[in-house]
Amino acid sequence: MLKPNPYKGRLIVVEGIDGSGKSTQIDLLTKWLRKQGKPVYFSEWNSSELVKSTTRLGKSEKMFTPTTFSLLQSTDFAHRWENKILPMLKAGVIVLADRYAFTAFARDVARGVDPTWVRELYSFAVLPNLALYFRVPLDVAVNRILSSRAKIKYYEAGMDLGLSNDKPTSFKMFQQLVINQYDQMVSEFNFTVIDGSQSVETQQKEVRAAVQKVLATWEGMNLPNGTPSQKTAILTGGRHD
Amino acid sequence: MTEPKFYGAGFPYKKIKPKDMPGKLIVLEGTDGVGRSTQIQMLRTWLENEGFAVSDTGLKRSPLTQPGLDAAKLGNTLSPLTMSLFYATDFADRLENQIIPALEAGFYVLSDRYFYSTIARDVVRGADPEWVRKLYGFALKPDVVFLLKADVQTLVKRVVAGRGFDHWESGMDIRCANNLYDSFCIYQSALIEQFAGLSEEFKFVDVDATRAPQVVHSDLKKKIESRILKKI
Repeated sequence: MLKPNPYKGRLIVVEGIDGSGKSTQIDLLTKWLRKQGKPVYFSEWNSSELVKSTTRLGKSEKMFTPTTFSLLQSTDFAHRWENKILPMLKAGVIVLADRYAFTAFARDVARGVDPTWVRELYSFAVLPNLALYFRVPLDVAVNRILSSRAKIKYYEAGMDLGLSNDKPTSFKMFQQLVINQYDQMVSEFNFTVIDGSQSVETQQKEVRAAVQKVLATWEGMNLPNGTPSQKTAILTGGRHD
Repeated sequence: MTEPKFYGAGFPYKKIKPKDMPGKLIVLEGTDGVGRSTQIQMLRTWLENEGFAVSDTGLKRSPLTQPGLDAAKLGNTLSPLTMSLFYATDFADRLENQIIPALEAGFYVLSDRYFYSTIARDVVRGADPEWVRKLYGFALKPDVVFLLKADVQTLVKRVVAGRGFDHWESGMDIRCANNLYDSFCIYQSALIEQFAGLSEEFKFVDVDATRAPQVVHSDLKKKIESRILKKI
């Protein structure tokens, strides 16, 4: 199981189904914190070089089972954890993550893997200091995705579950299963729930208030020589790997 | 397989009925250079002569992960943790897509290593022993696991006569020593120690692999005859 964060840095994550508006909110949050000169590292839930070719192969040839999908994603996350997130947390940085282990818990369990098994799988990582869960009615999120994107992909739509042969229908059914998992995790992982059907500004106000509370005890970042550098450090989460 | 059993939760989304798996899963475990692949070849020939359908599998043979894992091993990007998880992906893919279907079709599956090898390697590399065991909660319990045992000096002789010292087989990624030979000896000794513990924990059948291949083969044959064939 994930243990509390023992490091100087702060870990803040956003979770929610596709189309819940969490990326918009974390983007605004990142800019707001950087403007204050705070050292921020932004991390996304996407493929690192280590597993990229395998992920591509598995998706294009539809080779994944729920277990191999889960394991490969955890390999990818472990790579990101060891090379990006962990060193940043140790250095004292504020790490903002667009999706975290909870995304795996929600999706993998929706696909049918054992809930305890997948939680143990990620136990090398730590619990975030703040987990913001963006909750929106299913139809709102689904319509945002279906209207904004040309094509939903096979695994995104949960087609591997055999829920429906119609992609948009399958997508909707799969998202509902994922929402059910998220809802169950609210108390388990102490999620801060944000009503994603509110205006962007209202949501951001709530996000900033929650973040401010978490940062109240944050000591800032210490450079090796011991000088606090809250005002100068600017870190970008590029894809340099 | 009398009744398929898993070490943990298995594959909850996959409904497997006991009678759907008439095959047998036979695993050969042991360190690098102990002679597993030679023995598997000999067992395959023998079992096929006896009229059984045989399928074999081994680490890193998943078509899903093989290209990516090979590429990762060439670079400096694979850490003990990501190696552990990548190999687990390979194992899960072969178990679900090769081993279980073969067992369902009544094949004798000869597995060159199983997840015990990856546990041994991971723990030698610093992984939490409890964590790796839970990781493999989806693994199917084999009908029998033979542990081919040999001391480091025997392994060295075979490596010298065979393909030479290898970076990973010498544990150079964790630099047990600053040269291949010493690192090989330290790393393989640590693995042998791990295997000894695993043998007790998972009830392996130990086989002295320092003997000539033909002698080891006869021994394995006899053990398979008494443990599996007689019970059919």
